Amino acid sequence: MNAIIEATIYGVFLMLLGLMWQERKLIWAISIIPACLSGYFFITSAAGTHEHEITARVFFILTQLLLATTIERKYASIVTKVLFIALLVGNIYEIKIHNNVPELLFNNMLRIEPSSLWFNLLMTGAAFIYIMLMNKDIQKVGNYVAEYFSLIFFILCGLYLLSSYNNLLMMFIGIEILSIPQYILAGSDKHNLKSSEASLKYFLMGAFSTGILLMGIALLYGAAHTFNIMEMVGMLHSNALDPLAITGILFIIIAFSFKVSAAPMHMWTPDVYDGAPTVFTAFMATVGKSAAFFAFIRLFHFSFYDLSEHWILIIACITCATLFIGNITAVFQQSIKRMLAYSSIAQAGFMLFALLAYRPMGMQSIIFYATAYSIATIGMFAVLVKVKDYTYDGFNGLAKKEPLLAFVATIFLFSLAGIPLTGGFMAKYFVLLGVMQHGDMLWLVLFALLMAAISVFYYFRVIMAMYFKQGSPEMNSQVTLYDKVMLLVTCLVVLLLGIVPQFFMLPG
Amino acid sequence: MNEIGLSQVLFVSCALFFIGIYGFLTRRNMITMLMSVELILNSVNINFIAFNKYLFAHKLDGLFFTLFIITIAAAEASVAIAIIINLYRNYHTIDVEEVDTMKF
Repeated sequence: MNAIIEATIYGVFLMLLGLMWQERKLIWAISIIPACLSGYFFITSAAGTHEHEITARVFFILTQLLLATTIERKYASIVTKVLFIALLVGNIYEIKIHNNVPELLFNNMLRIEPSSLWFNLLMTGAAFIYIMLMNKDIQKVGNYVAEYFSLIFFILCGLYLLSSYNNLLMMFIGIEILSIPQYILAGSDKHNLKSSEASLKYFLMGAFSTGILLMGIALLYGAAHTFNIMEMVGMLHSNALDPLAITGILFIIIAFSFKVSAAPMHMWTPDVYDGAPTVFTAFMATVGKSAAFFAFIRLFHFSFYDLSEHWILIIACITCATLFIGNITAVFQQSIKRMLAYSSIAQAGFMLFALLAYRPMGMQSIIFYATAYSIATIGMFAVLVKVKDYTYDGFNGLAKKEPLLAFVATIFLFSLAGIPLTGGFMAKYFVLLGVMQHGDMLWLVLFALLMAAISVFYYFRVIMAMYFKQGSPEMNSQVTLYDKVMLLVTCLVVLLLGIVPQFFMLPG
Repeated sequence: MNEIGLSQVLFVSCALFFIGIYGFLTRRNMITMLMSVELILNSVNINFIAFNKYLFAHKLDGLFFTLFIITIAAAEASVAIAIIINLYRNYHTIDVEEVDTMKF
């Protein structure tokens, strides 16, 4: 029941954050109460054996601390970095002590498995890279620096719930904790018309899809008599063709397609990713989206796996449409930021392949794909925020002015396009391999390869502009030594993902 | 006297759900769209409670889910109002048709 209490506190917290947008001291004062509560939970669970609970508590306390730094905005960035290192250490420790047996926590609300821990670790790593690359640019968005960082932590908290839920209630709460901070982050550039429009569109679409998701869960509850995704397997199998269950699954597919921006429900994506401040687009398009994907695949591979004859064709059609619309529309974009938004739709098409794959392979390939895609996209956005003009012409001649920036951008784009020796190649290889095992999905794989070839066109347009066109791009800010080192490290990670993928794969 | 059965309640919730979707798709006023979303969520609440009461009254799963939906809907609404107020300050309107800076 502790998770419920915690989640409620988070809900109340988000509400306060929305209402008291400007009352910084009030937020500080109110944050003491949950901090004390979490301290209490921490002490009580430390006496028990559940190390995961401890990490959850530590994370919660740290979030509170971060909120408490609201007053001293100059400390927010450094506190965030320290917290991220603590989180990474906690995650690695959890994997070390985990004995490969799924562990049920909080009255079967959460089910910690090796795959969820591994996903947690890799996504925390990607978020850490994001913070290290972008913390200066995050501070330029507005005055409420500590809030931005804490909202990023809230998103990560949603991710942790989504990677290990065992109950549809937890899934719903996880999705809300993941989404609501994203609505706020999209609108964080308060005086920018595009930003507030993006936040409105994101909110409306998000709330609408949440409604559909809940309807799906309700119908499924009527058919399966339970919210537990493991018990559901037996219930649904016994009365296989219950129309309630089929309708529920369909509703859930539609709602998740909204969340991961798959094709018929992708309309909000370009506008939201274009309008939101670039630094936050980088986070929403990578970590936020990967978390929704992981939840999607977890639900479908755990609960509805035996019913796959009923939904696999729908998913195949959605995949096909997503690949087609994402790639073809990306070709016609003039702004690189908008092109990356469409490219994220196209990449979602590839990630949907993991859903079509067989069981252990699907989970493994989504974790790897999400990591490779997230890190490359974060790196590309980090280059993008340095340049003032987001159009292709704005990148003309970047290689002359900032050779290193152009070089790392090339590597990131190679990875996104799936050129060998980069992470993107191995990721695409693994997702397609999983579907190849099916045998009757060969047409989809061939179609995906064709679309990957098209994607090379618009990614290479950027490289062409940087290396072969004349011009002197205006920079937003000076590229310091720190930026260069961080970009090189990110670039190295992308290359490592392609050269030694086994280090990043789920062991076993 | 006929008892009110599960299907009657489900009919009400289904009607409410589609009224919500209809309102969401046709209304252009942001507040009204927000209300439509709330209608959808409330129809889901009715669904949960009906299933809980008529099918498995010995457990309280559905009721608890409803409580969570109400709480989170409130949280969401507060964020929504903040977004709408911010939008009104920038655009001086709450008509979604007029919020169209991004067109391609």
